[in-house]
Amino acid sequence: MKRLSLLLALAFCVPAPAQDAKKEIQKYQQMIADGSPVELFEIGGEELWKKPQGPKKVSLEKCDLGRGAGVVKGAYARLPRYFKDADRVMDLESRLLYCMSMLQGRSAEEATKRVFGNQDTPSEMEYLSAYIAGQSRGEKMAPGTTHAKEKEAFALGEKLFFHRAGPWDFSCASCHGEENKRIRMQDLPVLSKPAAARPVVATWPAYRVSNSQFKTMQWRINDCYRQMRMPEPVFASEATIAVNLFLAATGKGEPYRGPGTKR
Amino acid sequence: MAGPMKMRATLAGGNTEVRVLMTHPMTTAQSGQPLHFIQTVTVKQNGKPVLEAQTSQAVSRNPVFSFRLKGGAKGDKIEVSWLDNKGESNRIEGVVA
Amino acid sequence: MRAFAVLLFVPAVALAQDVEKVLKRDFKARGQATMDRVLPDALQRVCNETNDRPPAELAKTLEADQMKTIAFPAGSLIGSWQNGERIAQGGRGLTWSDKPGGPNDGSCYNCHQLSPKEASFGTLGPSLYRFGAVRGNGPEIQKYVYGKIYNAKAYNLCSQMPRLGYSGTLTEAQIKDLVGLLLDPASPVNQ
Repeated sequence: MKRLSLLLALAFCVPAPAQDAKKEIQKYQQMIADGSPVELFEIGGEELWKKPQGPKKVSLEKCDLGRGAGVVKGAYARLPRYFKDADRVMDLESRLLYCMSMLQGRSAEEATKRVFGNQDTPSEMEYLSAYIAGQSRGEKMAPGTTHAKEKEAFALGEKLFFHRAGPWDFSCASCHGEENKRIRMQDLPVLSKPAAARPVVATWPAYRVSNSQFKTMQWRINDCYRQMRMPEPVFASEATIAVNLFLAATGKGEPYRGPGTKR
Repeated sequence: MAGPMKMRATLAGGNTEVRVLMTHPMTTAQSGQPLHFIQTVTVKQNGKPVLEAQTSQAVSRNPVFSFRLKGGAKGDKIEVSWLDNKGESNRIEGVVA
Repeated sequence: MRAFAVLLFVPAVALAQDVEKVLKRDFKARGQATMDRVLPDALQRVCNETNDRPPAELAKTLEADQMKTIAFPAGSLIGSWQNGERIAQGGRGLTWSDKPGGPNDGSCYNCHQLSPKEASFGTLGPSLYRFGAVRGNGPEIQKYVYGKIYNAKAYNLCSQMPRLGYSGTLTEAQIKDLVGLLLDPASPVNQ
């Protein structure tokens, strides 16, 4: 009996390496969430929001992000959505480009010259995204879903999500299509299902500790397509906004936690 | 030109807890680029130096520093400053909440 | 049977063409990721239109087509498992930030468990741990493994596994090294 119970004890003591790794990852996630550089990006973003720029030497403070001119609080949680003045669905970054053009007189070429930064010099979009998203902390995610163009964009986003293409025949669903899968040690949420999409949309855009960079949603979608071996999505194009809306709408209702801190 | 700093100073259990976020590239010898890292962090409580830390390349980019100072009261002035190996510096002042 | 299959495809085809138009308009070439990549081949069309669940008869026909793309080398297909492990670990190849023409890797650990020494493995594909130990390493299994890596769609039409040989990602020698990784009794995979 003693020998049997010893054997049983030993059997239960053998740790599965993957389980240990998972625990360590959870510990690590808790550590990096504590005191994240995200706050520094929010400060930088607020400064940029108020900075007069462009030929018209005007700040972005009168930009209408969907809740009225200059209202930043709660705006991010309500994006992407349809904007009457532009007559199309826009996400945060496309709306910022619109305001840079309309309010500040900046050319599309100049404003999009450097949309993705690096660890030494973040881009404007990164600072502004952090600031504006931060101002939606606690708000329930509520992107536009009722306007005809919003419905079209959602449908397009959904189709793109499942569309296989490129030399590796990948769609978003190739990685994000099945429960309880992971790539290496990175868990893969099934982003077409609300339960999985909600915690994701509640924590992006995000600071990536491994690159010391703040990553916006446009960047994230761009980098997904790169890893899918596809050509590059045009920044703030209809396709990217459609994917963004599909994700945000699938995750709707979730209280926004603020820009996240990720591996 | 030093990037932004952010500080939170609160009273907890009779002590002052301070957390500071700093912007700094903290470039190490590993990177092959010129060394650029914070070497000293100084904390002053009501104008009096209470902590001086000598830091090394082991500290990461955009570091977070947390300290606990004995005692203290609401309204105390806390100042955190850093100096790096290139002679650049930055400082932030705040009040204990 | 064929008429029914066509009817099934008509509404799906209309939607698929919208997406193709959008891809052509909203994507641009960068590095080696050129715009020909957004054009679907027949296999992608079928898998997209049937949500990766094609009718059995059609799947069989198209799998046979995919099989025809594989040129099996003569002789032993077992290469160096040491090289194979490096190829399985690496993730280079075919993105716009990769060097055109390679050298590329297989990205195998992204989706599969292989050597038990590697704790960082994905679960998108089945575990390949002890693959050769269980299945042996004779000519038939060698051919199966080589073929699967070269063109996984020849065995399962809408598989999520990339066609690593067919797409030009891996060379014949590299695939042989991966066969070695899976089948060589000395490989860590089979310990």
